[in-house]
Amino acid sequence: MLIKFTGGTVYDPMNGVNGEVRDIYARDGRIVAAPPPGTKIDQEFSLAGRTVMAGAIDPHSHIGGGKVTIGRMMLPEDHQGHEVARTDLMRSGCGHAVPSTMTAGYRYAEMGYTAAFEPAMLPANARQAHLEMGDTPMIDKGAFVMLGNDDFFLRAVAQKKDFSFIKDYIAWTMHASQALAVKIVNPGGISAFKFNQRQLDLDEKHAFYGMTPRDIILTLARGMKELGVPHPIHIHGCNLGVPGSMHSTLATIKGAEGLPLHLTHIQFHSYGTEGDMKFSSGAPQIAELLNQHSNVSIDIGQIMFGQTCTASGDSMRQYGNTKSADPKKWVVMDIECDNGCGVVPMKYRDKSYVNALQWAIGLELFLLVNDPWRIFLTTDHPNGAPFYYYPHLIRLLMDRTFRNEMLEKLHPGAQAATILKSLTREYSLYEIAIMTRAGPAKSLGLRDRGHLGVGATADITVYEENADDREAMFKTPLFVFKNGELIVKNGKVVKVVAGATHVARPEYDRAIEKPLREYFDRYHTVKLDNFRLSDQEIVDSNCGHTGGECGCVIVQPCGPRTS
Amino acid sequence: MTNWTQAKGPGDSPKSNAITDVACPFCGLVCDDLEMARDESGLKVTKNGCEKAVAGFERKVDGARPQVDGRDVDLETAIRAATDLIRKSSLPLFGGLGTDVNGIRSVLALADKAGGVIDHALSEGQYRNFRVLQTTGWIMTTLTEARNRADVFVIVGSDLQKLHPRFFERIVNVEQSLLSEAPPKRTVVFIGKGLDQSGVKGSRIGEIITLPCELDRISEVVAALAAEIRGTPPSADTVAGVPTADIKALAERCRAASYPVFVWAPPSLAFPNADLVVNTVSDLVKDLNVKGRAAGLALGGNEGAISAGAVSSWQSGYPLRVSFASGKPDYDFQRYAIPSMLANGEGDLLVWLASFTPDLGPPATKLPTIVLGTPGIKLQSTPAVFIPVGTPGADHGGRIIRVDNVVSLPLRDLGRSNLPKAADIFAAIELAL
Repeated sequence: MLIKFTGGTVYDPMNGVNGEVRDIYARDGRIVAAPPPGTKIDQEFSLAGRTVMAGAIDPHSHIGGGKVTIGRMMLPEDHQGHEVARTDLMRSGCGHAVPSTMTAGYRYAEMGYTAAFEPAMLPANARQAHLEMGDTPMIDKGAFVMLGNDDFFLRAVAQKKDFSFIKDYIAWTMHASQALAVKIVNPGGISAFKFNQRQLDLDEKHAFYGMTPRDIILTLARGMKELGVPHPIHIHGCNLGVPGSMHSTLATIKGAEGLPLHLTHIQFHSYGTEGDMKFSSGAPQIAELLNQHSNVSIDIGQIMFGQTCTASGDSMRQYGNTKSADPKKWVVMDIECDNGCGVVPMKYRDKSYVNALQWAIGLELFLLVNDPWRIFLTTDHPNGAPFYYYPHLIRLLMDRTFRNEMLEKLHPGAQAATILKSLTREYSLYEIAIMTRAGPAKSLGLRDRGHLGVGATADITVYEENADDREAMFKTPLFVFKNGELIVKNGKVVKVVAGATHVARPEYDRAIEKPLREYFDRYHTVKLDNFRLSDQEIVDSNCGHTGGECGCVIVQPCGPRTS
Repeated sequence: MTNWTQAKGPGDSPKSNAITDVACPFCGLVCDDLEMARDESGLKVTKNGCEKAVAGFERKVDGARPQVDGRDVDLETAIRAATDLIRKSSLPLFGGLGTDVNGIRSVLALADKAGGVIDHALSEGQYRNFRVLQTTGWIMTTLTEARNRADVFVIVGSDLQKLHPRFFERIVNVEQSLLSEAPPKRTVVFIGKGLDQSGVKGSRIGEIITLPCELDRISEVVAALAAEIRGTPPSADTVAGVPTADIKALAERCRAASYPVFVWAPPSLAFPNADLVVNTVSDLVKDLNVKGRAAGLALGGNEGAISAGAVSSWQSGYPLRVSFASGKPDYDFQRYAIPSMLANGEGDLLVWLASFTPDLGPPATKLPTIVLGTPGIKLQSTPAVFIPVGTPGADHGGRIIRVDNVVSLPLRDLGRSNLPKAADIFAAIELAL
């Protein structure tokens, strides 16, 4: 079936297309070149005056896995009043900060997103994370597996194992857990917390294993590079949420030794200690350094005001954050000699100095970092805010007047402590398309996603142009197509589909299974062969909810392994 | 259908007929180191099987037929009869829910479409935990973490030996620990009288201490312990018959330990307001964490209860006791408890699923009942429709979430029978509805 998308104004940064009126053709789910004249067009969408982009991609959103479900269980009040009724097409669901899986999938699609990536999959919880993602319809998924706090890795580093051994282990874990990338959360700190260390700065030693977070970051950064995994090591750095965290962030960037790094939800790691409140913005210094380091990419983790729930693997820092829990309940866990988690409900208030400044710091970073290819639009859902605040966030970035109006409503001390008002930058549609499509796709190695060139998957979002209100424009796309099928019309789901699961599979030496098997047999409560997830499990987990349509596993290519 | 693999572990003889690394779904621990053999007579657990595993796997399930009103019918007829009953029902109650992840998914899909209520047979116990999670939260650990790290285990009023026969063997008396070449002995403390301590033996077991109070007075001893830990000791000489000095000594031991783990199994705490015990234990664990480390470890979760709670939470937002009657998920853990709904005459159809053990029979009720059960399930009356179903992990494959709510395990098709999957039957009904 040949579909023609006629005369839309196209923003496709991967192919250098900046607001040009173009026709796009799709056949059998993929974008194809213009057919010869006279070819029968099966379906045509007239898009004159409308804005056309690839489907949006969220590179960091906690949509699946045990800690999200702990949040769901813990917070019935999050769901009450946010219930969604079943329809002929869609399952019922609910939720604001921690929505049910199906509801999350529908909402993403209704906002023009066609992919979202779970950034904190514990190896021990990988099966459940994929089960939950499998119950998240409409969008493509994938997950970053958490390493660097697991005892196998820490022992290997402490015992100064050969670097190829460590690379084999990283790659094995990616295969076994069906991951697209690797994340490190509070490097070594989750493990150190189990030994009753309450903080672990970049150059502070782990009390038991002896290495520092810096050692761990460099080991994993080098590992990812030499394994040829497209996405660099995804780093949730030291000192999440701590005043003064900007210093470990600056030191992490400087200490990267040129290795590619992705620093996630950097807003939470950009705090200084200036001023009466001993809480200030480190955004200018961090942005300046980032502008000089093309090996580092970031996403923001913007906060928005209102009720949300923070869910992180960072048990150490989340334990510290429990004093701010609102409502006053929280869960912290030590997990399987593997990882940890902390789930802490949070209410960000515009009249709070700290919260207001957090909001401003995120926006400062957005506006001060020059290269949109290295900065991705996230709220670290649900940690900074639920993902459905993205259209609002886009308006804040594109509309300076609106931004300043919002700023004026905030705590006056925070207004005085931010340079936000002096920042005149307004993002263009092209830059938004980079930050929400092309950039994440390129960074994650999704070669046929995030663009509209020939061969790309026909994941396409069409918006009604609305220069006066970008929030309204991005909130309610006119059309969303997934694999060339119309799935959303006027911001409402019209067809339910299952997305694919993206994975990356770097090469490794299978001999790693011998020490691993011994390790599992000796210390674990799960056998190695039961730990590993098969493709079939993931394909299965996509079935049964979407009229028999089945998602599939897409293996994104890795570069050659080097040493 | 049959998909049992040859032995492939490094220590196994390649000629062996053993099926290795089998995960056992018959309690919440989901041990996955079982070995089986299979011949014409059925499955035999040859290694690492506790009495629950042996009873569960070696049970004969052949010969059961679907029935409508007590008469044998073919499967299609039974499904049609069940579909008709569900279609006519204005408030079907989906109970039991002894199944795996795919089973509970199918229940949720059907309940959503049919406008029913969902609740697991063991929710009463699970809600002793959920209520605490939903009011104050906690600090918890998981099986592998406790196995390697804990130096003190405090067992709170729970008969673990009965619920989880291999808990002490697999988690407490383990020879090796990640943290030491020569791991020290562990202290095991029992709060409560008459708890089976027979499993607490072996080279890693150090002191065994008992605070012998009556089980229904656990809350007093736990509250006194919490007070000691908080630095506000009780003034009485004894609490529920236990000398205050012993409680104080335990508090000191917990403070001095590097990682004390407090273990309880909610089904064991079967007395009124037992959630308050869970609450007090969770609070004292939090207090211990102000200076040191400590964690809770909740057990139980047999009959697929953990999977049911988790899948219900991620799909509906709520851990069971949800009604879909309005089209939206409506949550009320008191109103939508199926036992009290039945007692109050609510609902007009009971749909009961129990695929693991025959003990999980439906409660006595005047409502017409559809039972999807493992053959031999205990029935108090003839159900309107009975469909024998397979056990995930014996008769067909599946996945199940373990008691610590973190790890989930693949369940193998051991080829025990050709019984259908409950998930397929519910999916067929949903499609026909």
